[in-house]
Amino acid sequence: MRTFKIGGVHPHDNKIYSAHQSITECPLPQKAIIPLVQHIGAPAQAIVEKGQKVKVGELIAKAGGFVSANVHSPVSGTVNKIDTTIDAWGMKMPAVFIDVEGDEWMEGIDRSADVIHECTLEPKEIVDKIAAAGIVGLGGACFPTQVKLLPPPGKTAEVLIVNGVECEPYLTCDHQLILEHGEEIVVGIQILMKALGINRAIIGIENNKPDAIARMKELTAKVLGVEVMPLRLKYPQGGEKQLIDACIGRQVPSGALPIEVGAVVDNVATIYAVYEAVQKNMPLISRVMTVTGKHVAKPGNYKVRFGTPLTEVVAMAGGVPEDTGKIIGGGPMMGRAMNNIDMPANKRVSGLLFLPEDECRRVEPENCIRCGKCVAACPMGLEPYLLSRQAELKMWDEMEQHNVMDCIECGCCLFTCPSHRPLLDYVRMGKATVGGIIRNRQAAAKAAAEAKK
Amino acid sequence: MKLIEQKKFETDMKNLIVSPAPHAHSGDSVRKNMLLVIACLLPALAVSLIAFGWGALITTAISIVACVATEWLIAKFVLKQRPTICDCSAVLTGLLLAFNLPSALPWWIVVIGAVVAIAVGKMTFGGLGQNPFNPALVGRVFLLISFPVQMTTWPRPLGFETSYVDAATGATPLATLKQIVKGGDTGLIDQLPDLWDSFTGMIGGSLGEVSAIALLIGGIVLIACRVITWHIPVSILGTVALFAACTAPAGMCCGEYVAYSLLAGGMMLGAFFMATDYVTSPMTGWAKIIFGIGIGLIVMVIRTWGAYPEGMSFAILIMNATVPLLNKIRPRRFGEVVKK
Amino acid sequence: MELIVISLIVLGVTGLVSSVLLYFIAQKFKVEEDPRIDAVQEVLPGANCGGCGFAGCRSLAEACCKATSLDGLLCPVGGAPTMAKVGEILGMAASAAEPKVAVVRCNGTCEARPRTSEYDGAKSCRIMHNLYVGETACPFGCLGCGDCVAACQFGALSMDPKTGLPVVDEEKCTSCGKCVAACPRGIIELRNKGPKGRRMVVECVNKDKGAVARKACMNACIGCGKCQKECQFDAITVENNVAYIDYTKCRLCRKCEAACPTGAIHAINFPVRKPAAPAAEQPAAPAAPAEPKKEEVQQ
Repeated sequence: MRTFKIGGVHPHDNKIYSAHQSITECPLPQKAIIPLVQHIGAPAQAIVEKGQKVKVGELIAKAGGFVSANVHSPVSGTVNKIDTTIDAWGMKMPAVFIDVEGDEWMEGIDRSADVIHECTLEPKEIVDKIAAAGIVGLGGACFPTQVKLLPPPGKTAEVLIVNGVECEPYLTCDHQLILEHGEEIVVGIQILMKALGINRAIIGIENNKPDAIARMKELTAKVLGVEVMPLRLKYPQGGEKQLIDACIGRQVPSGALPIEVGAVVDNVATIYAVYEAVQKNMPLISRVMTVTGKHVAKPGNYKVRFGTPLTEVVAMAGGVPEDTGKIIGGGPMMGRAMNNIDMPANKRVSGLLFLPEDECRRVEPENCIRCGKCVAACPMGLEPYLLSRQAELKMWDEMEQHNVMDCIECGCCLFTCPSHRPLLDYVRMGKATVGGIIRNRQAAAKAAAEAKK
Repeated sequence: MKLIEQKKFETDMKNLIVSPAPHAHSGDSVRKNMLLVIACLLPALAVSLIAFGWGALITTAISIVACVATEWLIAKFVLKQRPTICDCSAVLTGLLLAFNLPSALPWWIVVIGAVVAIAVGKMTFGGLGQNPFNPALVGRVFLLISFPVQMTTWPRPLGFETSYVDAATGATPLATLKQIVKGGDTGLIDQLPDLWDSFTGMIGGSLGEVSAIALLIGGIVLIACRVITWHIPVSILGTVALFAACTAPAGMCCGEYVAYSLLAGGMMLGAFFMATDYVTSPMTGWAKIIFGIGIGLIVMVIRTWGAYPEGMSFAILIMNATVPLLNKIRPRRFGEVVKK
Repeated sequence: MELIVISLIVLGVTGLVSSVLLYFIAQKFKVEEDPRIDAVQEVLPGANCGGCGFAGCRSLAEACCKATSLDGLLCPVGGAPTMAKVGEILGMAASAAEPKVAVVRCNGTCEARPRTSEYDGAKSCRIMHNLYVGETACPFGCLGCGDCVAACQFGALSMDPKTGLPVVDEEKCTSCGKCVAACPRGIIELRNKGPKGRRMVVECVNKDKGAVARKACMNACIGCGKCQKECQFDAITVENNVAYIDYTKCRLCRKCEAACPTGAIHAINFPVRKPAAPAAEQPAAPAAPAEPKKEEVQQ
């Protein structure tokens, strides 16, 4: 069985709490707050006004740039105001506040459960439809999907890699999506293959989900060019570059995009959203979230409309366990610990994880014993012990020379460190600083080149 | 599980803990690693107890107590740090130092060795993780140079009958081997101990290094538990075997000489437990292999042409000095094109 | 005897050959350098703090020797006396510079700012700042991990365990600017020391609207503008909901301090006991009506 070649760790997957819990719809909130930054890149520009009536699926904000995405109203009602709201990390973000009235949908959106297999659209039309629906990568990076479907000149896509790995411990939303909506996902894969003009797709699924592998194999048995590839369990297999390495044995060079080796990677949740958008005219207004944790009363997978306060999602799962010490948006390896949960659900949050207080505190760091376990664990072949020290000493140039920009922030180094050193904390800070230095340098070079002209 | 009601949550909940990702840890710790290494050394200690009697245990106990006490005193009164003895690294240093000493060494020499190992070899550099040289070997080499007679007076293994003060001493197989190789005295071949005795530990030598089989078992367990990697032991033993095969003295079977080279002296102890010390060995695979080859070559050069019959301690210390350089060897980066 | 002679000859010849070789190599690879650089470096403090904007004292010395005038070149550590000495060596006039000092523009003490979360990551303000708002609800205030203390090479900064804020030791502060660069929230600013070291400072940089700022911190500037109205010298501007005192215009009358409803404005280094003394020290200050209220403010 295949896996990626360099590094990796084996965290306990803890998926038993919410695995095989069927997807439950979360009730509509009374007031919805829809953030305008639900993707990387520039914020979307609101096009609605205070007091305006909106329907479910209506466009309320337009993409604010090339790497940006449309935002649609996930509820029907009246726009209360367009203001800033505080996110779970205490930072301000622009948002549209809507008072919910009923559940009135835009015309043309097909809400039936029938699976539509045929797609007669041209590739260009498919891409336009995806862009209009505001679809972003739901695996965590929130990169607008249509950008990936338009390879830069000179590059051609050869293979679509479908990310059904879900290597983050605890999370089960993608797993459940494959089990419940496998058929739609296969149609979505075919649509994307058509859009890219390719005839090969690989679905990567880790072998801790044998039922998902079996389901996809069954569904793709008669579909030409689509292959299901079981992968050996190892974190971070769901990382874009690691998955490409595992599936087709090609390594994306430093600083390049997957298209460099002819691959386009999309998460199963994204592909499901593509299916919904192309075949059913459904913009991206909801997602499946995992709410889980050792002491959560009803852990499960919940389909949540964006804008629903996370407190309501938590209420569905039985409330906040009393011994909670940390609430994480996402999985335990790459998810962000939250300040509070007074935040609306959005495209970025793939799960809520409640960790008991006695399990989530970090251990006091000791001296580095130079065991090299972080070097062995790093899936990008970096030297985390060195980079973290350089970041502490503000040696930005040296960090750049030691390829800090290749770091994918997967957390393997900190996970594995026997001295409990905060390696990734420093590497991440260094990466942010070095990234800024590089951008400044490029901007200066550009300005100099223009001045020469 | 009691649950907080929704309304209460917003007002009453205690502050959440926030930290950067990841929020999970493997559960590995310095202490766990050290304890595992100590556990893997216990079979060898048991064999030496059988071979050398209570003297082995007394020497080991003195060494460990002296090392831990030295570390505690220095951390507490000189460096004024939080004492780090809980991580068990001083215990391991004491154990390894004892393994490198003759079992009948006077107690005060053991204490001197332990103090030098911890005070000079480790704490002067700032404690665990900062020392360039293996502390146990620093202590051992200091004693070897300061007390050459006591340090090379090897009691014969006689089992439990021996008392602590043991008068019966004998040459180690390595000393005999040296005379054969260097002196060309082929008549001495008969005096070499039985290969099986060398394998099980019924030979003269330092306290813990005599039983190759016990050390081998411990080392393999260490590799299986992923405390150490295979690179260093395999490259050391491989280099030594190859070197021995090429330089077998006249009158001796090639295989026999290789076997003696691998089993005698501190070879197994050094390859599995001393050279693989985290702090003083390189981090990446290739660097570890170079490190191991270097040790293998130096030890055989010392054994064949040098003044000492055994060179494991020196070889490891010399190669320790190259570790900062070897750490400059970068691991293969993801997506790096292999230049041809 | 023969042995001694041979050794003498061998050693002598070796020494001679080496010295000749060394001489020619030294000539060949000689680096031409302005001798004044060494002289200038000699008078610089040698702390290599980088406060001047150069990599170290040597770099500043090189820059001084290359420059045609000393304008813009300043050793913040040595200050005007050092630059005067440099000017003497180079035969140029040193530009006069006001002595400066670092001021911490946050007074969100532990009591004033309720904690809203508990940080458990690496002890670094920058890491905390990149991660989230911090342990309190104020996204502008001091994070309290002491990046500035670590950056200070002169031991002039220390964390006050009671308030959780850094304290500047003005005797030791050389205004090198390292702490300013180290603070991810831009709280620390270099300011003129002022006459007798006295100055008025708005110790808050919270740009949120009044109610939001006040909710996060009792001592926050709420941008009410009372101080602006009170000031007779147009020294105070309120922009983005936060007041700022222009130290070039401030005449140290201390009216703003009394006017501030949240206590965000602090008077630094004014004597406490003798209410009459400051008036004499401030020839330009027309009135000293703030004085009677001083005791209140100091509390």
